[in-house]
Amino acid sequence: MTYTIKTAQNEWEIVCGLEIHCQIISKSKIFSGASTAFGDDANENVSFIDAGMPGMLPVLNKECVHQAVKTGLGLNAQINKYSVFSRKNYFYADQPNGYQITQYEYPIVGKGCVKIDLPDGKSKNIGITRIHIEQDAAKSIHDLNPKKSYIDFNRAGVGLMEIVTEPDFRSPDEAGAFLKKLRSIVRYLGTCDGNMDEGSMRCDASVSVRLKGEQGMRERAEIKNVNSVKFAMQAIENEAKRQIEIYEQGGTIEQQTRQFDQSTGQTKFLRLKEYADDYRYFPEPDLPPLLLDDEYIENIKKEMVELPDAKKERFIKQFGLTPYDAEILTESKETADFFEQAATGHDGKKVANWILGDFFANLNANKLSLDQSPVTPQMIGELVDLISRGVISGKIAKDVFVMMWKTRQSPSKIVEEKGLKQVTDTSAIEKIVDEVLASNPDNLKAYLDGKTNLFGWFVGQTMKASKGAANPSLVNELLKKKLG
Amino acid sequence: MTDLTKLTIAQTLSGLKNKDFSAVELTNAYLKNMQNKRELNAYVLETPEIALKAAKIADKHYQTGTNHALEGIPVGIKDLFCTKSIRSTACSHILDDFVPCYESTVTQNLLNAGAVFLGKLNMDEFAMGGSNETSFYGPVINPWSKDEPLVAGGSSGGSAAAVAADMCAAATGTDTGGSIRQPAAFCGIVGIKPTYGRCSRWGIMAFASSLDQAGPMTKDVTDAALMLEVMAGYDQKDSTSTNIEVPHFAKVLGQDIKGLKVGIPREYRPEGLNKEISSLWDKAADILKARGAEIVEISLPHTKYALPVYYIIAPAEASSNLARYDGIRYGLRVNGEKLDDLYINTRTEGFGPEVKRRIMIGTYVLSAGYFDAYYLKAQKVRRLIKNDFEEAFKKCDVILTPTSPVSAFKIGDESMKQNPINMYLNDVFTVSVNLAGLPALSLPVGLDHNGLPLGFQLIGKAFDEETIFKAAYGLEQDVGFVRK
Repeated sequence: MTYTIKTAQNEWEIVCGLEIHCQIISKSKIFSGASTAFGDDANENVSFIDAGMPGMLPVLNKECVHQAVKTGLGLNAQINKYSVFSRKNYFYADQPNGYQITQYEYPIVGKGCVKIDLPDGKSKNIGITRIHIEQDAAKSIHDLNPKKSYIDFNRAGVGLMEIVTEPDFRSPDEAGAFLKKLRSIVRYLGTCDGNMDEGSMRCDASVSVRLKGEQGMRERAEIKNVNSVKFAMQAIENEAKRQIEIYEQGGTIEQQTRQFDQSTGQTKFLRLKEYADDYRYFPEPDLPPLLLDDEYIENIKKEMVELPDAKKERFIKQFGLTPYDAEILTESKETADFFEQAATGHDGKKVANWILGDFFANLNANKLSLDQSPVTPQMIGELVDLISRGVISGKIAKDVFVMMWKTRQSPSKIVEEKGLKQVTDTSAIEKIVDEVLASNPDNLKAYLDGKTNLFGWFVGQTMKASKGAANPSLVNELLKKKLG
Repeated sequence: MTDLTKLTIAQTLSGLKNKDFSAVELTNAYLKNMQNKRELNAYVLETPEIALKAAKIADKHYQTGTNHALEGIPVGIKDLFCTKSIRSTACSHILDDFVPCYESTVTQNLLNAGAVFLGKLNMDEFAMGGSNETSFYGPVINPWSKDEPLVAGGSSGGSAAAVAADMCAAATGTDTGGSIRQPAAFCGIVGIKPTYGRCSRWGIMAFASSLDQAGPMTKDVTDAALMLEVMAGYDQKDSTSTNIEVPHFAKVLGQDIKGLKVGIPREYRPEGLNKEISSLWDKAADILKARGAEIVEISLPHTKYALPVYYIIAPAEASSNLARYDGIRYGLRVNGEKLDDLYINTRTEGFGPEVKRRIMIGTYVLSAGYFDAYYLKAQKVRRLIKNDFEEAFKKCDVILTPTSPVSAFKIGDESMKQNPINMYLNDVFTVSVNLAGLPALSLPVGLDHNGLPLGFQLIGKAFDEETIFKAAYGLEQDVGFVRK
């Protein structure tokens, strides 16, 4: 189903492209040796270069180049063997040099493509226009003092990758799916931690609308710094609706920059594009062009890990998962690894059910991350095995899981110690069945008189009498025989 | 006793080694001379305590035989170099009282070689100027002045005057469009701008990053070789410095120049060229010929564009490089109501008229709509100028031209005050060398009818300073120039 916004008069389509700033994971900043650690005291990690002191010169951090190339490969993109740094000139207190070192005409990564999976089960390819690398600005803090602003230069000079997409999004869902996929890919690659709430991944969205079937594109609005997937989707939808309302009232849209307001979910006018700064880009004379060779790129290719798409396909094939389960399990590499460890050698589908069910529920309820879990993948694999082999019932397994969570003991040990093994000895169960029948003559009579729905009651009584340990199918079988 | 300040570095070193005098005695002699000649305004900061402390250490090194290449040699440092714990202002009001906590690579190299720093030398503000008149601290007076005060040239005017007046044994300079060579010529001393990338630019306040180069200014060619050998060298902190071994320059001095091909560019001999300069040019060529060199005519057809190209590229880079002087982190701050007011007030008060003019020119040529016509075109022509030299060097080993079309002029020249282009025209012979990134040495060849020195430059192939030194040494031997 194509997403459109229907009004009384028309059916509208969204045209949207994204620009995502990803902070590069690297020990030191992109042009200085200062640390990139997040959360340190203000102005703790600032070199003379980051502070824009006189006579200081940038030196490119190889690690950042490596990460950008890796990301480019992860997005199936062209790696440019020749790229150039440029200066983007503008004055702001958080821009210590009065210019940002970025890439303009010749970015390090060119065209690429990312597949997104949509809620309706379909998938779509989103075009990547380019990725360029640049330095982050410092952080201005305006709310500490009514008359003063403070600047924290810790962030100044941290490496960024700016990932620009084609205007390929036709719905907020597509944009949301892309952001999640991109976040997942960069996390798999270890090139960006993807934490939108910490600002290590920040998104700008360009939004315009057009009538369904209309060719070409109308003027667009750029929404700045949206810091969650949910907000991005909300911003795109509400901005589209705003534009539609203006068009339908006979108005026009001017190219402009807008800001997303989290409290209202709406976008606010920031400035018209015609008043935009003239950044006076020119090639950075302090840095020679960046030249990469085939061998360098090939070596990075060798480091590539299995990415979510490939992993998902493999999980479906290897473990018989549904695409939906496979999608969730591969969203993060940690979860996928956890699953794979648990599933290997066991019934993968059942392992998936346990992880997606009781396991995640417990993690969430206890607000724990995967690596804090008291239950190991091995425990889950073992638990599934115990059920498959008929050692315990699925019902008992739930109790065992709770005990596992509490005691961190292996399920076999718990079953052993608590005597939870299913009774599969027919004569033992038969004895219990006989006792149940003997002690309930009224119900037995009623059943035999035709009240057959009492069968379940007898099963329950037998299970109860066995303290849940009787194998339920054996109980059923024996009862059927006895009750005729 | 001989005046120690009259000695060249080579003579001084041998005196120190022979214990004819101590480094402290030597330094005191210079300090006294500096005091006596303060009216020249060559120094903007004298550092006698630092100098004497260093001299004492130098004496110890001589006693223990652990003396380095320039042990105890008193040098002056152009104020463009950041010197640790010593005020460094680029002779701009905007860097009032700026005391760096780092040492530029070139001055560190000098310190490591045992040089004694006497103080900081006057210069045109941010090295923008050709007469030292744009300095916040006022013009330098040329020691050759007779009835009325003459300029020392610029931008390294303080360096040239201090060397000529024996206020230091040698000085550092920087050359973006002739700032070492032209003042050297005006003051009758030797100055070399080495190949771009030979000396590190780290810690030197940037004027035009793709053109700036540090170099020595000395009493003679031998001293220039001794100084450059210490100042030069690859520096990881400057991505534009070249990882190439620094030759032992002094070794080539006195070597035969038989068969050396000396190019004379046709285009540098326009009609109306000063007759005195013409005849000195012939004299210099004859000297080289007499020593066995071969004079060849060469063509540098794009030379006529060098000046306009230079006055686009240098201001463009400067407009960006000087953006960091914004009153936020260091230097002068003139507060204002809003952030923009702070910038405007600080930069209005902090920069002098010539710096403002170049920032405006640079901002203009980089602006949207003008970039292609000015900056980009200039870069293309720069390439052609570079190609010219490459072609020419297929026919010759070194090129001989005048350094400046004029000798030192009087301070406050009306025509130049009224039209800055008249000042810029003095750079006509020097700027193309910077645009091509080549090494060039200026040495005094004779006097004009006013008894003022005229300098000539020898331009070499990239990283072939050795050939320049060899030819310059030969020329110096026979030219019979008598220093001030």
